[in-house]
Order: sequence, then C-alpha cells, then structure tokens
Amino acid sequence: MKSTVIIFPGSNCDRDVDVALKKFGFKNQMVWHNDCSIPKSDLIVLPGGFSYGDYLRCGSIAGKSKIINSVIDFANSGGLVLGICNGFQILTETNLLPGILQHNKYLNFICKNVFVKINNKENKFFKNIKKNILEFHIAHNEGNYFCSENELKSIEDNNQIAVTYCNHEGSENEEYNPNGSVKNIAGIFNIKKNILGMMPHPERMIDSYLSGEDGSLFFENLLENF
Amino acid sequence: MEVNEIIAIEHGLKKDEFKKICDLLKRVPNIIELAIFSAMWNEHCSYKSSKKHLKKLNTKGKNVIQGPGENAGVIDIGDNDAIVFKIESHNHPSFIEPYQGAATGVGGILRDIFTMGARPIANLNSIHFGSPQHKKTKNLLRGVVKGIGGYGNCIGVPTIAGQTTFDESYNGNILVNAMTLGLVNKNKIFYSKAAGLDKPVIYVGSKTGRDGIHGASMASAIFDDRIEEKKPTVQVGDPFTEKLLLEACLELMADKSIIAIQDMGAAGLTSSSVEMASKGKLGIELNLSKIPCREEKMTPYEIMLSESQERMLIVLESGKEKKAKKIFDKWNLDFAVIGKTTNTQKIELFFENKKVAEIPINLLAENAPIYDRKWKKTKLPQKLKLEKNLFKSLNLTDCLKKILASPNISDKQWIWDQYDHTVMGDTIQKPGGDAGVVRVHGSKKAVASTVDSSASYCYAHPLTGGKQVVCESWRNLISVGAKPAAITNCLNFGNPENEKNMGEFVECVEGITEASKFLNFPVVSGNVSFYNETKGKGIKPTPVIGGVGVLSDYKQILSMNLKNIGNLVLVIGKTEGHLEQSIFAKEILSEKKGPPPEINFFNEKNNGETILKLIEKNLIVSCHDISLGGILTSVSKMCIKGKKGIRINPLKSLINKFQYFFGEDQGRYIIELNKKNFDSVKKILDQNSVYFDNLGIVNDNKIIFNNDINLTVDELKNVNKTWLKRYMDH
Repeated sequence: MKSTVIIFPGSNCDRDVDVALKKFGFKNQMVWHNDCSIPKSDLIVLPGGFSYGDYLRCGSIAGKSKIINSVIDFANSGGLVLGICNGFQILTETNLLPGILQHNKYLNFICKNVFVKINNKENKFFKNIKKNILEFHIAHNEGNYFCSENELKSIEDNNQIAVTYCNHEGSENEEYNPNGSVKNIAGIFNIKKNILGMMPHPERMIDSYLSGEDGSLFFENLLENF
Repeated sequence: MEVNEIIAIEHGLKKDEFKKICDLLKRVPNIIELAIFSAMWNEHCSYKSSKKHLKKLNTKGKNVIQGPGENAGVIDIGDNDAIVFKIESHNHPSFIEPYQGAATGVGGILRDIFTMGARPIANLNSIHFGSPQHKKTKNLLRGVVKGIGGYGNCIGVPTIAGQTTFDESYNGNILVNAMTLGLVNKNKIFYSKAAGLDKPVIYVGSKTGRDGIHGASMASAIFDDRIEEKKPTVQVGDPFTEKLLLEACLELMADKSIIAIQDMGAAGLTSSSVEMASKGKLGIELNLSKIPCREEKMTPYEIMLSESQERMLIVLESGKEKKAKKIFDKWNLDFAVIGKTTNTQKIELFFENKKVAEIPINLLAENAPIYDRKWKKTKLPQKLKLEKNLFKSLNLTDCLKKILASPNISDKQWIWDQYDHTVMGDTIQKPGGDAGVVRVHGSKKAVASTVDSSASYCYAHPLTGGKQVVCESWRNLISVGAKPAAITNCLNFGNPENEKNMGEFVECVEGITEASKFLNFPVVSGNVSFYNETKGKGIKPTPVIGGVGVLSDYKQILSMNLKNIGNLVLVIGKTEGHLEQSIFAKEILSEKKGPPPEINFFNEKNNGETILKLIEKNLIVSCHDISLGGILTSVSKMCIKGKKGIRINPLKSLINKFQYFFGEDQGRYIIELNKKNFDSVKKILDQNSVYFDNLGIVNDNKIIFNNDINLTVDELKNVNKTWLKRYMDH
C-alpha cells in the first residue's frame, strides 16, 4: 500500500505519521508543498502542525497552496484522504469537509489523552476495528468544531460524524468534551466517506510506552481494508 | 553625536569602564562603537562578576565532548550519538511582557541547540512566581505558560518536564528558565569558532527590526517603577520562522559547507560576530547596508543592537554561497552575504560605503572587565528546638491535606496540559514524573531530563543549598531508571554589587561544584542571571540545575505510579526527621528559620547507585525520590498517580510521626516491589550498606496509617489537583 504525507512549511507531525505508516506496512513517501503533483498513492495524509504558522486562520493558507489542487483532485476521484489535527483544519478550509474549527472553549492549548466513540464503521477508516471506544490523544489550540444547523443536519443525515469525544464508557456528557465542539465532534467524513478529518493524533498512540496503543488499531485496520 | 561619560552611563557602562574604553582605544569611541562596547561588556555577555567563580565549576568528565563556552554543552551517549543541551534565563523580559518574554526564551535556547547541528528533542522549563496573593502573579503565570506553549507547540518540540514554584521573593522579579536537549551525530557537531581568511559571512533567518534594542543591557539592570517603559526592549517571537530556520540549517549542515555558526541571541549581530571572530582569532568585516531590514531607515547603531529573533550568522566555505542560498530560498528565509573574515583582528563596520566603526576584537572579548566582587559568607543557621507541644494540636490527616494543596506541592497539570508533550512520538515519561524521558529516535536508548531548584534551602545556607540541588537532580534521574550523565545550570541571583547576594552566588557555585565532583556529574553549559532585584529587593538565590541521564534500554524506565496490590513499599535511606526549611515548617508551623537538611555525599551516591542496581535486575516496579514534603507527600503522589492506596506500618522510629512523615532528609527514595523479590532486594541493600524502612503494603484505594489517616486516593487526588485550577479559574 502506498501512502503520501504532504509537508507544508510549519508541519510538525510529518515525521511522526511517517513513522506510524511505515510501522504498519505502508510504503510511505513525503511530498513538499511546492510540488505540483502527487506520486501514485492509495492514501494521502495531511499531517498536524502549524502550516505557514497558522497566522491567518488555521489551515487557510495551506488550503490555497500549490499542492492542494492535486489533493482535491485525488479526493474527488475517490482516493482516501486523512487529515489529522492541522490536516483536519486544512480539509475544512478547502471545503472537502464541512464546518470550521474554532479556538478551544477555554482558550487554552490542550494536550492530553481522550476517549472517542466510533460513530460509523461503514467505511475504510474504521471498518474492522472491534472496539467501539478508542483512547486517543489530542494536542491543539483550535479544535472546537462548529457548523451551521443546516450543515449539522446534513452531516447527521449522511452519517458523516466519524468520532465523538466521550468517557471510557462512551458517555458523551459536556464534561467529556475537551474543546467545546458541537455534538462532541472529534472527526467527520465527507458524504462518500473517503475523506476523514479528525483532531486526535493516532500516530502518537502506536506503542505501549507512549500514551497508549489504540492508534495501532487504527493504522492496522486502514492497511487491512485496502 | 559626540560621545561622553553621560551617554556611556546611559548605555549601562560605569564611569571607570568608559575611561577604560577610551584608554584602550586611545580615543573616544563613536556612538556605534560605544553601543558595541556596552553590549559586549554588560554582565549578560561578559560574565564580568561571575567569571572568576565559574572557573571553579567541575566541567570535565569521560563523556563530555564540549563543556561551557560554546552555544551549548555536548555529551557522548554512545553509538556515535551525542546530546547537546543548555538552560538559559529570560527573567527580565518575561516580567515586562510575559508572553513574548517566555516565548523568546524558548526560541533562544532552541537556537543554541540547533546551531550546533542537533535536532531539538525535548524542552523543559523552570518558572518561579511571586506569592499567589500578589496582584501580578496570576497574569504573569498565565502569560508565561501561554508563551512557552505558543513557541514550543508550534515548532513541534515536546515539553517533557518542568518546575513551577511560588515565593514572595519573586513578587517583583519572576524567573523563567528554559532548557532544550538536542540529538546530534557526535562526528557532525558545529561550533562557533571562525577559521580561514576571506570566508563569506552570511546572515540568514528573519529580517532585522527595531525590537529588542538594548535587551542585553536591560537584562543586566535592576528594575524600578519605570519598567513599563522597557517594553520595547522585549523581543517578539515567531516560532514559525524558527521552525523554517531549524529545518534549513539542518539541511545545510548535512553537507560540509559551514565553517562556523552562531545564533544572534543577546546583543544580536554584535555579540555573534565578535564571538565568532574572537574564537577564531580573526578579524571580521561587515557591510551593514546588506543586512535584510524589516523597517526603513535603520541606522548602524540600531542594526548592531537589535535583538530581533530567529536569525543566524554563518561563516561559509568560499564558493558554497549559491548552494546554501538555494536551501534558504526553499524555506523562504532571508539569505545575505554581509561580510567576510579578515586578518586584521578587528571588527570593521561599513554603512553606505563609509567605515562607521573599527574596534580590535580583543578589547571586546578578552579585555572586557572582570570583577572580583566582595562577598559575604552565610553562616549555617542554628538548628531549632521544636518543642513537643508544637505538635500536640496537630492532626496528621489535616497536615497532609494542607500540604498536598499548598501552591508548591499542588499538581501542575493545568500548566502542562497546555504544552504539547507528545509530539515527535518518543515521549515515554510525560511531565508530572520525577524526570521527563524521550527515546533516542530509532534506537533502544532514551534520555531523561529534569529541572530542579530549592530556593529556600539556598537562602538559608547557600553552600548546602547548592549541593542539594545537584543531588536532587541526580535522584530524579535515578528514579526513572536513568544513569545521571551531566548537568547545565542557570544561576539566578540578585545584585552582585551587594555583598550578601554575591556571597550567595559564590557559595552556591561552590556547593554545586562539590556535589558535581563527588557524583561525577559535570557541568557542561549554563547561564548566569544577576540583578534579579526590584526596588532594592533581591530574589532568593535560585540556582536551577538541568540534569540529563541516559537509559541504555528504554524498556527499563520506571515511573512513580504504584503498580500492584499486595506489593511492598520501602523507604530507602535514613529518616532523621529534619523539619527546618521544610514545606511542613512553612505551611504548618509558619517557621522560616533553621538550616536546610544536610547533604551526605557518600549516602547520596551509594543509595542512588544501589537503586540503579535494583532497576537493572528488574527487582522493583516503581520508584520516587523523597523531596519537598517528605515521605507522606511522596507516597501520596505515588498513590494518586498509580490509583492505588497503601497501608502504612506502625512506626519503629524514635522520632515523632510528624518528623518521620514530613522531614526532608536527603538521599532518600521510595520503592515498590513484589513480595517475592524482597529477599533479593534486601540482600543487595545489605551488601551495599543501604539503610531501609518497611513503609507498608499497596492496597486497592486507601491510604491508611494507625488511627491517624484513613483517606481514599480520590480524596487525596482532589486535594492535590484543585488548588492551581481553582486559582487560575477565579
């Protein structure tokens, strides 16, 4: 399986996701933001970080970068695209995914383990994961997902909610919503479910000495479904 | 402008220093030259008050590749891997403008590390604030934490450990010390010594603006009522540009085109160019018209003093300019050839085709003043007679709760949740442990690091305090299973022109030196911050030690979390019940007098090395050093982190229970082991003559002692976790 990680100036999880993809058997390659084309791939990953410093609005400049048209073409032709953290922000800026990511509710950066519930397994990203609740890790300042009521209705009608923040038993109380996201949304799909954007970093959870191992389930499953 | 004594004094120079400059130059300097002298001769750059004493530091060791004097220290950790590390202060700027001050502190120390060719792999910080009741404390804390996070999170280096304290002596002068560790191939380290004639001098990174002018002299001055006016001397950080600069520099370093490289830190272009030339015993010629400027009409004076961030100066091999420029173009960074090395042994500056300054380098570096300042010894305070009556009305449970909720013991998660501590995917011990630990990427090894200070001990008796901080650093590294390797120190003190403050400095350095020699724990880098004083009030002496240790196999890492019900818990090291200068004395008895706990080097070393033997043989499952708050505080933290309880055995000790549980005797640890390993553990402890007590047995969720304590771990946790969060939320 071939994957491609796009590096924007200011990306800082590019190496981490490269390590994770390779660990689980992907043949991964890195592509620089100024390149115009993407080599043949089965999966494109937009990594976490602060692309172009995120000085304007998170992900907005990356959403207009040279390489992004190739990502959009790839996604529109049904290719799998995964945006993690800043990658998720970029995907909303390109309109490949609906909604926006605002400042966290308490205005602080948050780095910690959280639990997320898988809302939809009818897709390549989560299909054969046996668990329903995963322990993931978040590290962001702007992860507060927001969309209009109409958009939310359409997201729900089309089963686009991928993962939601919860506690270890799956309770989705406001207490377990770390950043104020609408409906505790931690990640969403496009309608066709070939694009996933999420705030948590599965690449930081790939062995027992790190924050946890549930990220391994995510990558193993991804490889299996090709 | 004609330069005279008054102008010189305005630049922070002393009368006799100005006279010395005129004598050395055999003329009166022009304003640009005066600015250069003032920048190079201030305390921050010249170490004029501290140099004499810093020479005594123990800087040698088998594993030391580079000691003090470079951008950072370097130690060998085997397999061609080396760790580059240093700690630095950014106290004054952080008090004036907490967000930018702290952010640029992190930015500056990161540059010191990657200047040497190392990829930064971990950040730490030691931050000290005034009394929680002081009106400025909350905002300063919030700003500093946001600044540290804002910079480190963006550049993508994990912040793996830190220390936060509150003490009224920092009311008018907070401390912000930032430390970075980097990983480098030991054969590919870059230094700041220029070499060769007519080599191009290159400027890379951000453009030069008017920010931070006089920053270094501000850092060497005391504060008064007019500090608000000093805001423009604080630099503004841009972590995004730093990230680009980091990647571009490392890319250029992959090939052999760099002769010397130096970041433009304190005193910007002035100190970087002078230091590179001075180390290489060369001259340097700079054309200031070629400096990329952010603002219009910048004068040579402003250019030379600007402390704009994210800039580097490089001496390149001739003919490599094009190739190097291509890399910086790729990363969208400025690149300008601004001069060359010469054989004149002078710094010569040109602007708009005119020579605007010319100074022999040795006058700026070797001839800078060195002071042998007067200092006063601090007597060891007498031990206090603590009457029995003092303890009669006290209740163990209440004392424990009060201590766990006290500002300096309370849980600091509110702070480190705001730092990305997991980026780079190698953090195996997060903040909140005895030391942070990161794996050496792609290898079996790991590096542990901790920052420590004990201002109350150092204030009571600087010599003992200096020893104690080094020992505590050593203990924290041992507790995570690391072999202590070397230290860096950030020496934060008051006014060196005051004999008492100077004495505190001299004796703390002496204490550090003694401990570092005995433990074979050399100092490889550091920084001195004097003049931490506002309106005549100095801070408590606060030497901060950044310790680094190595785990040859990261799987041997230990945490303090209690692991399994039924396991035995032992206290390693003898408990004498030393309460003076302890948290108990301060929080419960409101007693500030008396000596700090004594340091016994032999026990310290022996106990630590024996613990490492137990870890190597996989005989223990958790470990925590006993420091502030004594045994009961330490074991409570092990309970909270491990979500387990402990039933504590009846005491066999002759001292009273408060002394036993809250005494801060040094050289002690708490370890947890499976019962079946007790005989093997006892044998090793006995063989090494290490004293131990049977503290108790791990249980499900309660901490119990006789009829004195019966608390659930959740209760303990709430008490420990709420103080800071509540303080910041209200």
